[in-house]
Amino acid sequence: MLCCVKEKIGEAVLPGDLLAFEIQKSENKTEKLICGPGLRRDGEDVFVCKSGILRHKEPNLYWIDLQQRRYVPAKGESVIGIVTAKSGDVFKVDVGGSEQASLSYLAFEGATKRNRPNVQVGDLVYAQFIIANKDMEPELVCIDSCGRANGMGVFGAGGLLFKVSLGLVRKLLSPQSEIVKDLEKIFPFEMVIGLNGRIWVKAKTTQQTLIVANILESCENMTTEQRRSIFGRVSENVL
Amino acid sequence: MASDGTTKLSKNVLRMKFMQRGLDAETRKQLEEEEKRIISDEHWYLDLPELKEKENFIIEERSFLPCEDLLYGRMSFKGFNPEVEKLMTLMNSQNRTEDVEEEEQNKTGVDVSDEEMARRYESLVGSIKRKFTKKRNRPAIQGEDNVSSNIRSPKIKKVFLKPQD
Repeated sequence: MLCCVKEKIGEAVLPGDLLAFEIQKSENKTEKLICGPGLRRDGEDVFVCKSGILRHKEPNLYWIDLQQRRYVPAKGESVIGIVTAKSGDVFKVDVGGSEQASLSYLAFEGATKRNRPNVQVGDLVYAQFIIANKDMEPELVCIDSCGRANGMGVFGAGGLLFKVSLGLVRKLLSPQSEIVKDLEKIFPFEMVIGLNGRIWVKAKTTQQTLIVANILESCENMTTEQRRSIFGRVSENVL
Repeated sequence: MASDGTTKLSKNVLRMKFMQRGLDAETRKQLEEEEKRIISDEHWYLDLPELKEKENFIIEERSFLPCEDLLYGRMSFKGFNPEVEKLMTLMNSQNRTEDVEEEEQNKTGVDVSDEEMARRYESLVGSIKRKFTKKRNRPAIQGEDNVSSNIRSPKIKKVFLKPQD
């Protein structure tokens, strides 16, 4: 179904919809159009391939705001992985995708052939994808382009790792996240959020950790008032 | 072999280095052009019209990161893990310049401010330099530090004079 893009921004679209952009072919073709997740290019047309709400960001970025639980690796995203095997020079890491990602032992800060990083099977790793497409095995690294770790690598003794949907993860990581603002007032704790839907939480006592984990898991489907009432009850019980 | 009085040398012999030295510049250029012509004639070209490359101006982007400007994934609240809190301000300020710069001016985790550090380092550099110079050069360096007192004229450096025979 052909429809104009400008009308559909902020509205729900279904897979199979064809989006028409106002392309002026007489102009120089220097204005690139970027279609984000959920949109697919077919020749000169743009098709919707996932159902959700169409979003727009200036100047030329369109994407579909969708809900799913299954993660598909994408380049540049930071995820939490669990080390499952050590084979030669490479660690096999489970990121929740269709296949396991590989993480080279040289991809840590200050790692050389003699100086191996201290990573065991079962450790939690916060890493970034450098290769992630449907044709190749995904690869992770724990350093950035300058060679610094920037907080990536093995983390966390203790704490709790649990899985949520990808929509909630994006809500938590958005710049003006209300959930995070409410959470940080309750008690001191530490959190690592991976874009593959995995969250790791650690607080001073086991009970506090469990409280935070439960709040995060149930936060997704609550309205603002329900969330505020729950936070209020929690902070009363803690103090 | 010699039918007309002079022996005709082959082209390959004429192309050798010892034969080129005697030639003029013009004959050399002519020989080079002939060679290039022969080589380019041997190249094959397709007799098709030039195809224009289809430049597509629609780019596909698979990740959500640029769409929603997501923050850094490690977070720590109320001082549970101070290293992570430092990382948070660092990484988030790389993405956002305006908002976080105001917050960063109130640095609570720093013992010595940057300006004080710069002042101390200035004087430190001077004193270490003085320590390692030889006694003869010390007045020169002290003259550099006190810019206001130009009373002392710079001493002439004593150099070894070679005895003349």
